[in-house]
Amino acid sequence: MSLSIGPAADDTAVSKSRRATRAPSPGGGSRRHGRRSLGRRNLHGWLFSTPFLALFGVFMLFPIVATLWMSFTDFGVRDVRQPLEAQFVGLDNYTKLFSDDTFLTALFNTAYFVVIGVPLTIVLGLLVALLLNNGIDRARTFFRVGFYAPVVTSIVAVAVVWRFVLDPTDGLVAGVAAELGTKAPDFLGSGTWAMPSLILLAVWRNLGTVMVLFIAGLQAIPTEVREAARLDGAGGWQELRRITVPLLRPTLLYATVITTIGYLNVFEEPFVMTQGGPDNATLTVSLDMYREGFNFFHMGYASAMAYVLFVVIMGITALQLRLLKDNTR
Amino acid sequence: MSAPSHPRQVNRVRRPLMYLLASLGLLVMATPFLWMALSAFKTRQDLTASPPVWLPTQWTLDNFHALLDQLDMPRYFLNSLIVAVLVTVCNLLFCSMLGYALAKLDFAGRSKVFGVVLAALMVPANLLILPLYVLMSRLNLIDSYAGLVLPFAASAFGVFLMRQFMQSVPDEVLEAARIDGAGEWYIFWRIVLPLVRPALATLTIFTFLGSWNNFVWPLVATNDPGKYTLPVALATFANDPNRTVAGGNGMLMAGSLLVVLPVLVVFAVLQRHFTQGIATAGLK
Repeated sequence: MSLSIGPAADDTAVSKSRRATRAPSPGGGSRRHGRRSLGRRNLHGWLFSTPFLALFGVFMLFPIVATLWMSFTDFGVRDVRQPLEAQFVGLDNYTKLFSDDTFLTALFNTAYFVVIGVPLTIVLGLLVALLLNNGIDRARTFFRVGFYAPVVTSIVAVAVVWRFVLDPTDGLVAGVAAELGTKAPDFLGSGTWAMPSLILLAVWRNLGTVMVLFIAGLQAIPTEVREAARLDGAGGWQELRRITVPLLRPTLLYATVITTIGYLNVFEEPFVMTQGGPDNATLTVSLDMYREGFNFFHMGYASAMAYVLFVVIMGITALQLRLLKDNTR
Repeated sequence: MSAPSHPRQVNRVRRPLMYLLASLGLLVMATPFLWMALSAFKTRQDLTASPPVWLPTQWTLDNFHALLDQLDMPRYFLNSLIVAVLVTVCNLLFCSMLGYALAKLDFAGRSKVFGVVLAALMVPANLLILPLYVLMSRLNLIDSYAGLVLPFAASAFGVFLMRQFMQSVPDEVLEAARIDGAGEWYIFWRIVLPLVRPALATLTIFTFLGSWNNFVWPLVATNDPGKYTLPVALATFANDPNRTVAGGNGMLMAGSLLVVLPVLVVFAVLQRHFTQGIATAGLK
């Protein structure tokens, strides 16, 4: 680091000139003084920003542009050695995508996962938050830790565990069903049940995040507001509908947006639990992209998938921000 | 579900109900963990027993022995640890540096840099891995710690978190230090960082766990099993068609337990920092 370490006399200029730069004070001497420290301040600001910006440039900005370029080429396994020799193919990858049944299935499956999974996660997270915030006063931390615990665990590890829990022969659910005299479906082996099973895992794992967000949101609501509502005769349900939920809107917005983005990118759950099967019933866009890119090395084609997914994510996020904001009034 | 309208009276009836509901929910949440932990110590007979047995009739470490025979778990553990430590150290330094600049240094272009951070928060990893793989292959960094660490060495989330916390450091403290002749690096390192120690703790936990649990990039960036991290090794093993099926589930539960248990213990001890971190990053 080439920054000055330890007390340096010149630096006092930085503080003294704070006002001077906003409204330049008259007089040549102090003016020059101000300009010099303005330069120093900019220098420090940029020096402190450099490590992040350098990493951002190489490992984020460059890949974003490179993916776009790759999506217009037939980038394949040979081109990993000679990236610039990849053949330009225009919009071919994109037109091919929308007649590729596998990709369309993946798109549909991802939509299914999001449309069912997000509302379930948000509603359950909100219910647990209300329960823990309003109904529980002793051992609150204990409950909170318990509901949040799955969030901190490795998705791969918990997916392996859930796979065993749902196993049709030795699994917990199958065993309990047998004891009750019925037969549990082969959850992960059935085209009907595989996707709901993955959604169940995702809801179980992510509901803690949403819960913590809502608890923070609930605690930010001033108690006077609720007391006033009660004095006016609002019942529990009315208070929830008219006071609590409207005041939680910013939290609801944030929780919905991050959950949706996460679920649109769903990858680990199908990768570990079903490998996209049975018969592509749980193939998601991310998993399809991974396969095309790293199993078949159709990297140009996979890049086009990545961009389609990205555009979908941006579009949905923008839509959610607008919808939920408009409803505020 | 919401707060009762006449607290004193209703609470008598409702409170036990609330506790019952919360306990039931918690039990559902804990079931997979309990099933995993108990199954890891079961014999083959117990694992395939019908109806299923909850408690092992005979406790055994066979699953762990078999797992360690087939998989080099200490190696994967070490790989995960090295990567997570390096990623965390880098993030602590780089994120607090930029967080400090954004919160306390009034420089030209600051709002643009903050815009970059906010945009970076939105970029999904999927959009990056294909060219990153090509880049890392060209740099010969596939199967290296550098290849696993560098793309995660600074996170926008971390910058955002540090900026939020550093805004609460009073300007007077910094002004006083400047008047006393302290340099910007000195102020950052000796004055600001010690004041935001709770934020650093929060960032440490989040970054370490994020790296520990990270899957997609390590999966792509390693071919040599000697460089696998724990999740990659576990997933590869779980999806290996040649895995010995007999007792396979017991081994998988033992493996999952080894991946999950350290994290759960650390979390239980440091849980306060988690909720703080999420709330801070989420609400502002």
